[in-house]
Amino acid sequence: MEKLIIQGKPFISGSANGIALVSNEPLSFWGGYDWKSGEIIDRRHPLSGFNARAKILAIPFTRGSSTTTAVLLEAIRAGTAPNAIITTAMDFFFALASVVADELYTTPLPLVAIAESDFACLHTGQQIVIDEMGSITMTP
Amino acid sequence: MTLSLNDKDMEMLRGDCGPATKMAMSILVRMAEVAEAKELLDITGAHIDSTVYIGDAGLEFAERLARLGAKVSVPTTLNVSGLDEHHWQEWAVPSEWARQAHRQMLAYQSMGTIPTWTCAPYQTEMKPSFGQQIAWGESNAIVFANSVLGARTERYPDMFDICCAITGRAPAIGLHLTENRAGNLLLQLKDIPEALQHSDDFYPVLGHFIGKVSLERIPVINGLNIIPNEDQLKALGAAAASSGAVALFHMIGVTPEAPTLESAFQSSQPQETISVTMDMLRESRRALTHTDSEKLDIVVLGSPHFSLAEFKQLAPLVHGKQKHPDVKFLVTSSRAMTQLAKQAGFLDLLQDFGAQLTVDTCILTSPMLPPEMKYLMTNSAKFAYYAPGLLGRQITFGSLKDCVTSAIAGRVIRDESLWKS
Repeated sequence: MEKLIIQGKPFISGSANGIALVSNEPLSFWGGYDWKSGEIIDRRHPLSGFNARAKILAIPFTRGSSTTTAVLLEAIRAGTAPNAIITTAMDFFFALASVVADELYTTPLPLVAIAESDFACLHTGQQIVIDEMGSITMTP
Repeated sequence: MTLSLNDKDMEMLRGDCGPATKMAMSILVRMAEVAEAKELLDITGAHIDSTVYIGDAGLEFAERLARLGAKVSVPTTLNVSGLDEHHWQEWAVPSEWARQAHRQMLAYQSMGTIPTWTCAPYQTEMKPSFGQQIAWGESNAIVFANSVLGARTERYPDMFDICCAITGRAPAIGLHLTENRAGNLLLQLKDIPEALQHSDDFYPVLGHFIGKVSLERIPVINGLNIIPNEDQLKALGAAAASSGAVALFHMIGVTPEAPTLESAFQSSQPQETISVTMDMLRESRRALTHTDSEKLDIVVLGSPHFSLAEFKQLAPLVHGKQKHPDVKFLVTSSRAMTQLAKQAGFLDLLQDFGAQLTVDTCILTSPMLPPEMKYLMTNSAKFAYYAPGLLGRQITFGSLKDCVTSAIAGRVIRDESLWKS
């Protein structure tokens, strides 16, 4: 199988792997992510009904509520968070959840920003490996 | 680019100002580095969204800070909590959940904050002034403070707001800085009837559309024939901050940084111009309704929290009337605003109509709706946006008058006259 590697910029570095769950549509975790299960519950979102637990979630950025951080933090504590999140720019809301998770539980969540043009290489179902330097390896 | 810290910042970071300030500063500095800030700046006010109880992690964060002796160093208002302390038992709130939510309220109250418990702090005496640097959480409050008041805050998440409040500092990034406040998307209203512009349901619909097309850009709205009132701007901002990530909009001739197109764009050209037509707005209005059913269990008003002017607008609509016995009618507001509404005589009229009031919280932040209430109606785009996902409920959007008419009839009735093609 052909592997594809893209270089991202880790804004919270860490290694992770998992199956990709990808959408071009931004997502608010508040009202969009059920931290008790990991299910995406924004009924207007294309990923509605998918479960992001232990996946590599790729969305351009968060929208809406400032409670997105709190919901992601609960998910990290409950073990229902994605293994890593890929965005198209540094996302302050996700970054804070990761920093606070590190502060409280020493379990930061790896976060990587990639170029918008590279985002099109990501597809739901790919096997993804992320390393500490933000290198993303995809296997179809 | 490296972050430079002043002596006071370094003292806080080392722990010279106590362990809570050290924890807050450590999070602040890490985030400032992630955001590639060059420095921190002084803030003179904060609004804390972290009061909303979500689960154990948020509570542990709050209680850790409180236990370490955290105190805010600038005037700090509190957002809605998870609980109407005095009336939660009238609803379906589980007692264990109420206990946890109350612990979170006490933790933030212990930090020397002002217990406003409202998502509309800009309609209290703590409203910030033009140019003031602040650190605010709560998306609708952020967009109002930036756009309508001309105060300056980034779009801050829960838990970061309290770190800024404790240290009195925020990263010098984003909307704190003049050059990042220029509009970049022009929304030109095209043939929108003036009668519709006067109608209260026009603003949430326009806001929902704006959020969808703007995403993270700063929209500039041009072509309104009237000057919207404060509550209409509040509804527009709340809608745009729910459907998009809008933290600042300009409205030509209305908002303080936009007397002219040139000032709104800071003399640069818009990246994109969109003509906003009635067809687009009809589609936006349709998207806010999540059901075709006429069924109605409860009307919910007050997201963002009802203001005195909104109570005043509602009072004559319900005067001398009675809601249908099978339909509940709920208004959510702050304690302070409710007290004013009472003094003004509006609450008696609402009570005679059969309405109920909830303070300090709302249906999105408190699990108060019993399971049998499946069909909701609201005049709020924010309720309409979040109810299907957060509450798993069917919801219909309508004007304030539609909501009252429907509550009386016991089924959804909407006046389509201003929206028909």
